[in-house]
Amino acid sequence: MAELASRPFEPGRYPVVVIGSGPGGVQTSASLRALGIRHALLSSDDVPGGMFRRFPLFQRLITWTKPFAPAERRTRPYEWYDWNSLLGRVPSEQSLVAGFMDGTSYFPSRPEMEQGLAAFASCCDIRVRYGCTWEGTRRDEEADRFVVETSDGDYACTALVVAVGMTEPWKPSNIPGIEDVPHYVDTRGARTYADRRVFVIGKRNSGFEIADGLLPWARQLILGSPRPAKISVLTHSTAAARARYLQPYEDHVLGGGTFVLDAAIERVERTGEGFRVHASGTSRPGAYAFDVDDVVAATGFGTPLAPLEALGVKTFYQGRLPAQTPHWESTTVPGVFFAGSITQGSVGLKKYGMPSSSAAVHGFRYNGRVLAEHLAATRFGVRPTRRTVEPSEVIGLLLDEAAHGPELWHQQSYLARQLTRGSDGSIADDGIVPLQQFVDQAGPDSVAIAVETDAEGDIHPAVYLRTGGSVEEHLLAGDPLLRFDGEEHRAQLESIMKEWLP
Amino acid sequence: MPNGQSDSDVVDVLAQLSLFSDLSRPQLEAVAHTFEEEVFAEGQRVIRQGFGGTGFFIIMDGEAAVRVNGEDAATLTRGDFFGEVSVLLGEPPIADIVATRPLRCLVLAGGDLEGFLVEYPRVLYRMVQAQARRLRSAMQWRS
Repeated sequence: MAELASRPFEPGRYPVVVIGSGPGGVQTSASLRALGIRHALLSSDDVPGGMFRRFPLFQRLITWTKPFAPAERRTRPYEWYDWNSLLGRVPSEQSLVAGFMDGTSYFPSRPEMEQGLAAFASCCDIRVRYGCTWEGTRRDEEADRFVVETSDGDYACTALVVAVGMTEPWKPSNIPGIEDVPHYVDTRGARTYADRRVFVIGKRNSGFEIADGLLPWARQLILGSPRPAKISVLTHSTAAARARYLQPYEDHVLGGGTFVLDAAIERVERTGEGFRVHASGTSRPGAYAFDVDDVVAATGFGTPLAPLEALGVKTFYQGRLPAQTPHWESTTVPGVFFAGSITQGSVGLKKYGMPSSSAAVHGFRYNGRVLAEHLAATRFGVRPTRRTVEPSEVIGLLLDEAAHGPELWHQQSYLARQLTRGSDGSIADDGIVPLQQFVDQAGPDSVAIAVETDAEGDIHPAVYLRTGGSVEEHLLAGDPLLRFDGEEHRAQLESIMKEWLP
Repeated sequence: MPNGQSDSDVVDVLAQLSLFSDLSRPQLEAVAHTFEEEVFAEGQRVIRQGFGGTGFFIIMDGEAAVRVNGEDAATLTRGDFFGEVSVLLGEPPIADIVATRPLRCLVLAGGDLEGFLVEYPRVLYRMVQAQARRLRSAMQWRS
C-alpha cells in the first residue's frame, strides 16, 4: 500500500480528470501524458489492472499475445500479434505482456496480464490516486466546468474521461426468480460443482467460459438463452463465443450429455437445495422444466454510471452503455468522454455487422490514444506535428498501413489512417482517426484507408476518398496471405487515386 | 439508469410492431436477442448512400429522413424499417438515412437477413405486405 502513503492529485482543479485504473484509464493517462496534458487519474482500487485483477474467473484470457511473431517485439507492427499490451512511447514501454508469459499458452493467464499492466504503469510512471471513490458529478454552469465528487473531495475539470469499465454485474429483470440466481462473478470454485447439475443462463463468452471450466466437474451442464449461439469462427467476429471455450458446444453436438439450448427463460424457482428452471423453446418450440442443483446467470455486465446520473447522459442497451460520438464523447453531455471497454458504445460504421474491438484491450488501447490526441487538439490547442508526405510516397504509405498498421487491423472499419491535401497541393499525414468521423464530417480533400472483413469473411483494404466535400468508398482486393502491399494493390490504388493525387 | 430502458422494453416494443404481430412471446424474445440495439443522435447518418456492408434496421423510437443526393424524400418513424432493399439486392444503398430526432433502432447484419426471414416466414409476409403498401403509394403519387 505504498501508493496510498504518497497519494498524488489532491482534490482541486485540473484540466482533465480520468477515472479508472484499468487498462482503459491507464492507456488514456499515458497518452495524455505523452502529449503534455495535465490531468488527475483517480481510482477506487488500490493497484492498476481493473477487471483483470479478478476476471476471467478461469484464469486465462481469450485475447492472444504471440511471443514469437513475424514482427519484432517492441515495434508497432508487433502490436498486430500482441492483443494485450498497452501502447508506450518508446520500445521499453512496448509489448510488456509478452515478457511475463511462461510459454504454456499464447493466451496469457490472468496473473500474467495483471503483471504486464502493472509493469506498464510502473515504467510509464503512471501516477494514480488510489482509494479514491467517484461518488457523483455535477456541472458548474458559471465556471463551465464539471465537478467530480469523490470520497476525498471535489475535483473540477473541463473534460472528464470515464474509464470505469463494463464492470457492473447485470441480470435481466424480466425473469421471475433470477434475483436468487448467482451472477457469473459469484461463480464458486470449480471443485464445489463436483457431481452437480448446473444450468448456465447465457451463451456468450462468459457462459461458455463457465461451462468449459466445469466440464471436468459438473454431472450435467445445460446452457440456455433465446437465440442460437454465435461462434467466432463462423461469424468472423471477436464478439461471438471464442473457439477456445467451445468444448461444451462440441460435447453438445456430439451428444455427450451437455446441452446448448435455444430457449427463453421464463422463471427460476427454488426447490429446496436446488432450482427448477422453466423455459420455452425458440428455435424448436416446446416447454422445458429443468431440475438442477445450481444456476449461474452469465448475462453480462453494465457500466456503473450512477455518478453521472445527474448530468443526463443518454444510454442504450438497457442502460448498460452511454451513447457516444465517434470521438467517445457523450451525445447528450459534451465534455464527458469515455475510455476503455465503455467505448464499445461508440458503434462506428459496423459494416457487414462486424462490431469494433472496443470491448477488449486490443481495440480500446487505440481509442484511448486517439481520444488523448483529440482532447489535446480540440481543448488545449496541442497538435502533433503533421508530417508532410511527398505525392510519390502516398500509395506506398497507404498500402503499408493496410498491410501492417495494427490500428487498422484491430479496429476494422472503425479506425483509419488519414492523409489530407492542402490548398497548395501539399499532403499531410493526419495519423489515425475514427472512420465514422471521416466519412460523416465535412472537411478538406482527404483520403483514409481502413481494413474490413466482409460478410463472406474476406479481409481487404477499403479506401475512402473525400473530394469537394463528398466521400466515395472504394474496396481493394483481398489476399489469401493478407499481403496488401504488392503490385496488384499498388495498381488498383493508383487507378483509384489518379485524379486525387497532384 | 439515466435515460435507460428496462430490459423487457425491447420485447414489449417488438410486440407492438406490425412486422412481428404474428410471433409468440418466446419468438419475440429470440428476435430481441438476435437484433442489436443502436442509437443515433439527431443529424447522424444511419445508412450512407453508395457505401456497402449495411444492415436491416427497424425503428423503435424517433424519426429519420430518407435523403437522396441531399434532398429529403420521405420520413420514417416508429415501426418503419429500412436497409432491406440494399441487402436483398446486394447493392449499396441509393439514399442516406439520417436521424432527424434521436433515433433508436434494432439492427440485423445484412448477411443475417435471409436466414432470419426464412426462419420467421410470418415476418417475411408482413414485410412483403408493407412493401406492397409502399409500392401502392408510390404508384398513386405517379398517377
